[in-house]
Amino acid sequence: MKGLPLRVYAILYLLFLYAPIALLPLFAFNDATIIAFPLKGFTTHWFGDLAGNAALRQAVGNSLFIAAMTAIFATLLGICAARAGAMARFPGKGGILGFVMLPLVLPEIIVAVSLLIVMRQVLGLNLSNWTVIAAHVLICTPFSIAILNGAFQNLDPSIEEAAMDLGESRLSAFRLVTLPLVMPGIVSSMLIAFTISLDEFIIAFFLTGANPTMPVYIWGLLRFPAQLPVVMALGTILVTLSVVLLVIAELFRRRGLARAGIKDTGGFL
Amino acid sequence: MGLGNFTKSEGGRAAMLLAPPFFYALALLALPILAVVLFSFWTQDFMTIDTSFTLANYREFFDKPIYTVLLGRSLMVSGIVTLVTVVLAFPVAYFLSFHVRPERKSLWLFLITIPFWTSYLIRVFLWKVILGYNGVINSGLIGAGIIDEPLSFILYNVNAVIITLAHAFAPFAILPIFVALEKIDRSLIEASRDLGETRLTTFFRVTLPLSMPGLVAAVLIVFIPTIGDYVTPELMGGAGGKLIANMIQTQFLQLNNAPMGAAIAIVAMICVTAIALAFVMLNRRWLRGRG
Repeated sequence: MKGLPLRVYAILYLLFLYAPIALLPLFAFNDATIIAFPLKGFTTHWFGDLAGNAALRQAVGNSLFIAAMTAIFATLLGICAARAGAMARFPGKGGILGFVMLPLVLPEIIVAVSLLIVMRQVLGLNLSNWTVIAAHVLICTPFSIAILNGAFQNLDPSIEEAAMDLGESRLSAFRLVTLPLVMPGIVSSMLIAFTISLDEFIIAFFLTGANPTMPVYIWGLLRFPAQLPVVMALGTILVTLSVVLLVIAELFRRRGLARAGIKDTGGFL
Repeated sequence: MGLGNFTKSEGGRAAMLLAPPFFYALALLALPILAVVLFSFWTQDFMTIDTSFTLANYREFFDKPIYTVLLGRSLMVSGIVTLVTVVLAFPVAYFLSFHVRPERKSLWLFLITIPFWTSYLIRVFLWKVILGYNGVINSGLIGAGIIDEPLSFILYNVNAVIITLAHAFAPFAILPIFVALEKIDRSLIEASRDLGETRLTTFFRVTLPLSMPGLVAAVLIVFIPTIGDYVTPELMGGAGGKLIANMIQTQFLQLNNAPMGAAIAIVAMICVTAIALAFVMLNRRWLRGRG
């Protein structure tokens, strides 16, 4: 068969991509404190330890709040940019869109230190969940725009024009006609922004206040060998959660494409 | 032209819509980066910032070898990671674009992106489990009787940092190359074959040059962010594998010397941008030389 060596290579590559994650459940259910082979016996008590950890529960709560706020604000900004992107050109439009997408290729540590300087030294603010949210919105907006661009550019503008010709105002035409059509893209964008924010560490480590986010808390745990199996148990839950969220996001994205009558050709980005 | 006319034209409405994301990025990206530039010309005076203009931080950067060594190592690691990632990713993107049936493509892309969305910290830590002294590779090789002593060159050094980063950035390399390959008009390839080129020369004279925009995007999207990562060198690098981002982090969060940290960040940023621009220009010249 043509392309067989390439197919074998691609499958090996996928195995390489999944190798670390495949180890997670092994150690999460392994009855030993040391994360190494050979495996001992089966246990679920690392998950029990996890449930009893109040500091962790608080960190998870913080992260969920930050991720939810980030998802909302990044998607709102993403909707503005993606809709503008699908509309008529005006001078400087390409440059502005490129500038808004810049955080995608900027080293995260630059974003982290620049915001730290502004928040602490220039504005004299105390670091809190909101400083993390402000930064996460900045880095998640380009992802939201990329996803929503697909939704808005596949849209036929004559549908909205038809609604306006039939007497709807510009705003209600958007709400009644366009919004339902791009809704799958919006849901997908919110889930992606949520997932990125929930996992982000490099910036959160700089901008987190007295209450750490979940990745910052995990970072602290990684220094204590006795805590590592608990980290593995937590990781297993997180990976399962991310996969579920992503499958939902993907299903919404596909439904959106189907609604717009477009043949599916690509993934998220 | 009044505001009323402005909002009636479609371009005007597009500009109004683009304003919120633009001003957000201006306030939280452009202005903060300007603040970093400003800080790099100031100095830390115990608890306060001395705001008289000075090049002292930059002088210290180039006088003390530690900074230039770290920066050099960072650029080298990012360069190798980029090369490894892009070279390993190209065949996968090629396979996806040319050999996978259209209706299966999004499933493949989905499978490739999933690992990227799982906890970064935990993924890095698991590489420690794979490469460690009692790790998967060592116990596997010893169990198979291939080696007697655990291999020590794969953890707590630059090699471990490179392997881990190459894994973390894999999807970033595959996606832009895939997109570029998808855009290639298949009839050009057929034409080349009809005109007597072999499959191999067609690849080098048609497919590869046409996929160049994707390759360039992949190189930039891997090379630039890897400079800013301090998690992987901290966990995997040991004493000899620390990178410039670790130094920036130390200056800001442990030594409380924001101006020095700012100067390091600026120098690193300038180096990365200069290398990225040089790469883009060389690539353009190469493509034009062929055309």
